[in-house]
Amino acid sequence: MRAGTVYTETVIYSAPEAFVADVPYQTAIVTLDGGGRVTARIAGERVAIGDRVTEVDAREGVPFFRKTS
Amino acid sequence: MRAVAVIGVGKTAFGVLPDRDLRSLAVEAGQKALADAGGAPGQVQSFFLGNFAGPSFTGQNHLAPYISTALGIKDVPATRVEAACASSGSAFYHAWLEVAAGITDIAMAVGVEKMTSQPTPRVTEILAAAGDCTGEIRAGSTFASLFAMIARRHMYEFGTRREDLSAVAVKNHANGALNPEAHMRKVITLEQAMAGKPIAEPLNLYDCSLVSDGAAAVILAPLDRAGEFAKQAVRVLGVAQASDFVALDQKEDITTFPAVRRAGEKACRMAGIQAREVDFAELHDCFTIAEIIATEDLGFVARGEGGRYASAGCTALTGERPVNPSGGLKSKGHPVGATGVAQICELVTQIRGEAGARQVRRHSLGLAENLGGSGATCVVSVLGSV
Repeated sequence: MRAGTVYTETVIYSAPEAFVADVPYQTAIVTLDGGGRVTARIAGERVAIGDRVTEVDAREGVPFFRKTS
Repeated sequence: MRAVAVIGVGKTAFGVLPDRDLRSLAVEAGQKALADAGGAPGQVQSFFLGNFAGPSFTGQNHLAPYISTALGIKDVPATRVEAACASSGSAFYHAWLEVAAGITDIAMAVGVEKMTSQPTPRVTEILAAAGDCTGEIRAGSTFASLFAMIARRHMYEFGTRREDLSAVAVKNHANGALNPEAHMRKVITLEQAMAGKPIAEPLNLYDCSLVSDGAAAVILAPLDRAGEFAKQAVRVLGVAQASDFVALDQKEDITTFPAVRRAGEKACRMAGIQAREVDFAELHDCFTIAEIIATEDLGFVARGEGGRYASAGCTALTGERPVNPSGGLKSKGHPVGATGVAQICELVTQIRGEAGARQVRRHSLGLAENLGGSGATCVVSVLGSV
């Protein structure tokens, strides 16, 4: 699984139709250890810029990352 | 290249207009621009329509001739331009290009959007399609969330404060309250602006522009023919369009918009000026952070200083360089496809000295910056008195 560092993040309260049931949810842009960035959903605990995160799941092509314990 | 002038402007009121459809809004703006110029539909030789999502919002496609013919403009090229929130800035750019190149004498650029017939989650979804639907949007991003991530990073790197964002909202609401055609003519306090309901942290309701219906139109002519028309001509001194990645996660640095920098530099070079020389500006405040970054990218202030510049009152109506005297997208409203041309209308109105209560003191040189998506398209225009 990929790992990286949170470059930026937000918690969304006003969502598009398909995501209304998930509100509030966190998304982040993660700088991957191998290079490049990806926009991901954050699972579990909220993260902040600079936090280390690890990929834990991929649902319908969307990567989910969680704070590295 | 020929010198080009704006000879007529017209716009509808912006707002929630349940009795108005897309075509009637665009026709009203076009007719007002023709009346302003003292011109007739038969004189228009090329028609450009800026519209972002008419087909999604209303079901109607093939919009350019649908609107031009309703205006009585027949037989001539009628072209729709789509570049997200910069759709009509780009329509203006292309109309200018034809006139400057000598292909067309009289060109009209109209911008229109009819947004309020859909519920908010559907509007949010339609707007999100201006982002990358295979990546960031599939992950649940909204446009507010993309600019929220930009704001977070700007705060982290430069110490921009929550109250700096709110200072932009307070200022634009104060200006919009003086604009009879603004969507939300409501003065707000800094406390109110800081306490809005959360939309995407750190952005709250008062950091977000409005969902509006509306249209705007401008007519362009070669400067040497401007005397044939009714109003004081305003010269188009420089216009430039630039592009960048659609997805935010492909950008090296999200605290700056390279397309704004490039379009700004090119338009100012064409005009023979430095951006700092402009008397006032209409900047694309789709979210408060976007206005702050635009003041940096255009060179009004140094990188990272935009927040403090706004809080210090430098961009207020009575400040050193007023930004968004119209009220901006925040208060005047943001019918997405109409915004770029509406900015040009405001520059012309201000330069002519016809802006009434919101008139800026020095008004011979104005700049408009129209941003598409999270920075993938930008059009910058510099207009001045002849």
